Parts: sequence; C-alpha cells; structure tokens
Amino acid sequence: MKKLIFGFFTLASFATIFTNCKKDDKEDLSGTGSVTLEFDNRAGNAAFAFGTNYTNAAGETVKFSTFNYFVSNFVFVKTDGTEYVVPKDSCYFLCKHENADSREITISGIPAGDYEEVRFIIGVDSAKSVSDIAQRTGVLDPAAGAAGMYWAWNSGYIFVKVEGTSPQAPLNTMTGENTIEYHTGLFGGKDTPTLNNIKNVEIHSHDDAAKVRRDKEAPQFHIYVDVLEMFTSPTNISVAANPTSHAGAFSKTVADNYADMFTLDHVHNHE
Amino acid sequence: MIFLASSCQKDDPVPVGEIKFSAPSNLPAPTYDFSKNEITQAGFTLGRRLFYDPIFSRDSTISCGDCHISYSAFSHVDHVTSHGIDGLLGKRNAPAVQNMAWRTSFFWDGGVPNLDLVPLNAIQNPVEMDESPAKVVQKLNRHAEYPALFKKAFPEQDTVSGATMLKALSQFMLMLVSADSRYDKFVRGETGGTFSADETAGLNLFKQKCATCHSTDLFTDQTFRNNGILDDFLNDSGRNLVSTFPNDIGKFAVPSLRNVEKTPPYMHTGKFKTLESVLDHYSSGVKDSPTLDPLLKQNGQLGIALTGSEKQQIIAFLKTLTDEDFLRDARFQKP
Repeated sequence: MKKLIFGFFTLASFATIFTNCKKDDKEDLSGTGSVTLEFDNRAGNAAFAFGTNYTNAAGETVKFSTFNYFVSNFVFVKTDGTEYVVPKDSCYFLCKHENADSREITISGIPAGDYEEVRFIIGVDSAKSVSDIAQRTGVLDPAAGAAGMYWAWNSGYIFVKVEGTSPQAPLNTMTGENTIEYHTGLFGGKDTPTLNNIKNVEIHSHDDAAKVRRDKEAPQFHIYVDVLEMFTSPTNISVAANPTSHAGAFSKTVADNYADMFTLDHVHNHE
Repeated sequence: MIFLASSCQKDDPVPVGEIKFSAPSNLPAPTYDFSKNEITQAGFTLGRRLFYDPIFSRDSTISCGDCHISYSAFSHVDHVTSHGIDGLLGKRNAPAVQNMAWRTSFFWDGGVPNLDLVPLNAIQNPVEMDESPAKVVQKLNRHAEYPALFKKAFPEQDTVSGATMLKALSQFMLMLVSADSRYDKFVRGETGGTFSADETAGLNLFKQKCATCHSTDLFTDQTFRNNGILDDFLNDSGRNLVSTFPNDIGKFAVPSLRNVEKTPPYMHTGKFKTLESVLDHYSSGVKDSPTLDPLLKQNGQLGIALTGSEKQQIIAFLKTLTDEDFLRDARFQKP
C-alpha cells in the first residue's frame, strides 16, 4: 500500500513537472497584456436598439432614446485569487449606446495570467467625485466629456442615464411627450452625507478564464447590459407611477434595480 | 514689428494692485486647497474679467457680477430672488460671495462641495445663464483676447479648458476676503476697533443667543438647519433635495453674517427686508415643523426670547460687521 501511494505520488510529481515544463515551453506568462470588455446592451432577451418597443416587468411598453452609464474602478481576479487593480488614472469609462466604440473598452497593463473574475462599480467613486477639477479629464470633465452626465447643482456624475417614452407614462408638459427619464447619481456626499447609489458589480466566469498574454490579442469579457433590469428586481418600477427619477429618494430603487443589469455572456479567448 | 509689440502690450492686464491671499488672524484656517490653484496676478485678473463677462450666458446677457454685486458683498441687494436669462426669476435669494476660501460647501442647499465647481451651477441653471460649460470653453477659445490671457495665467496649458476657466474664477472669488470691519479691528485690538455701549451689549447678546449657529469669526458653523421661516417646504425642501434624506427637509445653509447690513433681503426666500424683521422672526415668528432646529424650540417654547431693546443692540452689533474696505475695494470692481 505504501509502495503504491509512493508510486502514485511519484507519478503525480513527474506529471506535474512534465506539464509545467510543457506549459513553460508553450506559454509565456511574463509581462503584461490587455483585456477588452464589450458592453452589449440588451432589453431582456432582445438586442437593445433605440426606438424599439419593449415590455417592462410591469407590462408597460417602453422605448428608449438614451442609454448611458459610467463604469469604473476595475479589478481583475486570476484563477488563483490574485487581484490586479486597474490604476486610478485609467479606470473611468463612459459608455453611450449610440457610440459602439465607447462600449468596447480595452484595459492594458494587466499582468499575464488567467482571469476568471472582473469587478467594477457602476458610477464614479466618491474620491474622484470630489477631486480637483484639473484631475478630471476626458469623460470626467464636466465642461467636455462628461457633458450631460454631470449635475452642477448637486455636484456629481450621473451614473446611469436612461431616457425614452412610453404610452403608459403621463404626458410631460416640458417635452410634450410621454417621457420617461431616469437619471441616477449620488456618491454619498463629501462632508455632509447624501444618499449613496454607487453599485458594485462582480462578474465571474465559471467556464473559461480570460487568458491574458504578453504577445496575444486581448481576451474579451462579453457583458450583457439589460436595460429592462432597471425596471425590476428587487422592485418593479411602473413608468405610469414613476415616469421620472433624478436625485431624489426614489433613485435608490432605480439603482438597486440596475445593480444587476450587468451579466457575463461569455469570455472569448482569441487562439 | 510695431504691430507685434503693440499686440503684446494689449495682453497686459489692467493694473489691479497687489494680489496676495492672506488669512486674517481672527479667522480659522482656510479650507480651499491653494496647492492646486496658486493665486497669481494674471490668474486673478483673468478671473475678474470672467466674473464680469456675460460670455457665460447662452445669449451673452448675464454675467456673474450681474447678480453678485460688489457693494452688497456680491449678493443681489433688494432682490428677493434674482432675474437671470430671459428675465426668468431664480428660486432662491442670491447668496453673498465672500470668504469663499473658508467654505466647506456652497449654495443654500450645500449641493456643491468645492469652490471650483460653483460656477458650473450658475452657467447651467436654465433660469440663470442657461449655457453648457463646454460651449463657454469653446467661446473662450475662439475669443480674440482670452486665449492669450489664459496662456499667461496658466502657461502650461495651450488651450482654454473647463478646469482653467473654473480655476481662474476661483482665484478671483478667493480674493474676496472680508475681515476688516470694525468688529475685526475690535477683536484684533487694532486702531478704529472701538465699540459703543450698545454695540458691546449687542455682541454679548449675540454670543448668548445667536453664536451657536453663527459661530466663529466666519459667523456661520456651515451646517444646514431649519430656522422656522416656513411650516412646510413643499416648494423647496432645501438640503433634502441634495441628500434625499427626510430629516433634511427644510434645512438650509447657515449664512455668514458678515456685511449683513448690506445684503438684504434675508433668508433663502428673501422674505425679510430688514434686520428688524429677521430678529422679530426669531423672537416671535418661528414656525414649527418636524425638522425645526431644536435650538429654536427649547422647553417647548418656539423662538429665541428677545426684548425690543435687545434686538436694537444686536442690530447695532451686526452693523459693526460691515466692511467698507471690502465693499469698495477697487481690485474687485468691474474692470
């Protein structure tokens, strides 16, 4: 029995060494590579498009004209649990439906390895929200890239902006349409607290890990973003009862709902 | 060559006297981070020009200085609420712009936590300037004179950006320091700092009855409180609009009382035209509501007990906070 166990271990050790050697020959795990994340907008089981009618969980017909969101503070987790935190100066992205390029983001400088999890937040963290204006460039510049995604009266970014119409929504006298409008932000306040609607997302790949390699094309996390999730779970939102939401208490309901709108479709490794 | 030389001279700012920020000894430490925006002559001069330039409004009709007037401590004296673009009326009484370097938040509801971000609010407000900051930056970059003035103020930047536009405005506003009133001279033991008997009595009453909220020589503790001017806040719920919390309904920023004599009307609604009516409010006009400040309802009694002569003494004291040097400072006037 002892012999057998010894023999088994020896065999196992050899096998390990053998595969390791083989792996080393085959794969270079030195240096850094890139990952892309494709944010694929959806409406339930359908592809998302502006101007198309969908049905929300309350059974109402909704049609959209704006679907923007900030995603930031990415962390990638290897299969062995090691984490890579994307540096602050390159971790903020504003995705707009009408701009497909803005929804396919590439993050480089990631140590080579196999990544099975990505974490990020929906919105902009509180530290960045109160940071020096000169440090807010690109999509974070209220006078440039963040235009339309920034509240000047309640300083902070609009994390998620969804606009459209619904025949079930009341007529909006300002727009002359049956407008639906959900602008959600609020990072928790600087010195005096406010509501905090920052939401954490964890996306786990149970099948394939994203293989980040120095000299290979970036693997892709293909992520579904389901706009209809904003209207349900945990709370159904009726556009007839709540056609709009901005920086009010109701925005918590909207944010709690959209917290789970990001899900993994698949990880794609380019061989 | 002659043309070039004269062009260069044209860039020179109007002389404005020495520009140097210094914190008066009787004020606490400033909260503004000067390391991120050092005040320079060029930056201040640019900020002043911007402050008085209607380029910020959609139709180039309204400047910052239109509603924030120097001789009323940069408030809008005698206007309950201010009229902005297209003659539209604002929702709240335009606050004074003074001692901004010490502020921890801005506007009646404290919605803006940093001075640099303050102008964005007025620019975008549909009843104030109704313009997008991005468009203002575009207008400034296309302007005949501004690009050179920005280059001078921010030499490391080749074009005007939102950040430099805002920082220039901040440099001007940071210099609006009021701390040379007779009261200041009195507490610092300087020449001219003499108080009458009534003013001294008023100061003592003020310390007993008002200074919990209007604290330090900034004359505000920078908190948000419901001071009972209304019994419901359905029209404007104040801090609650920013925080969403029900216990913030009806709470508004405690304003500084510096130059208070010169900044009527009073309160966020502008409902009181005189200091007498303000003190009458505190003694007998306080309205109860769930978020009323506990200091205004002690032992079940609404308001602050004040006799007629006490009110007059407090007002006599409040007038010692008028800082004529600040109100008339030529450096802060429209160039």
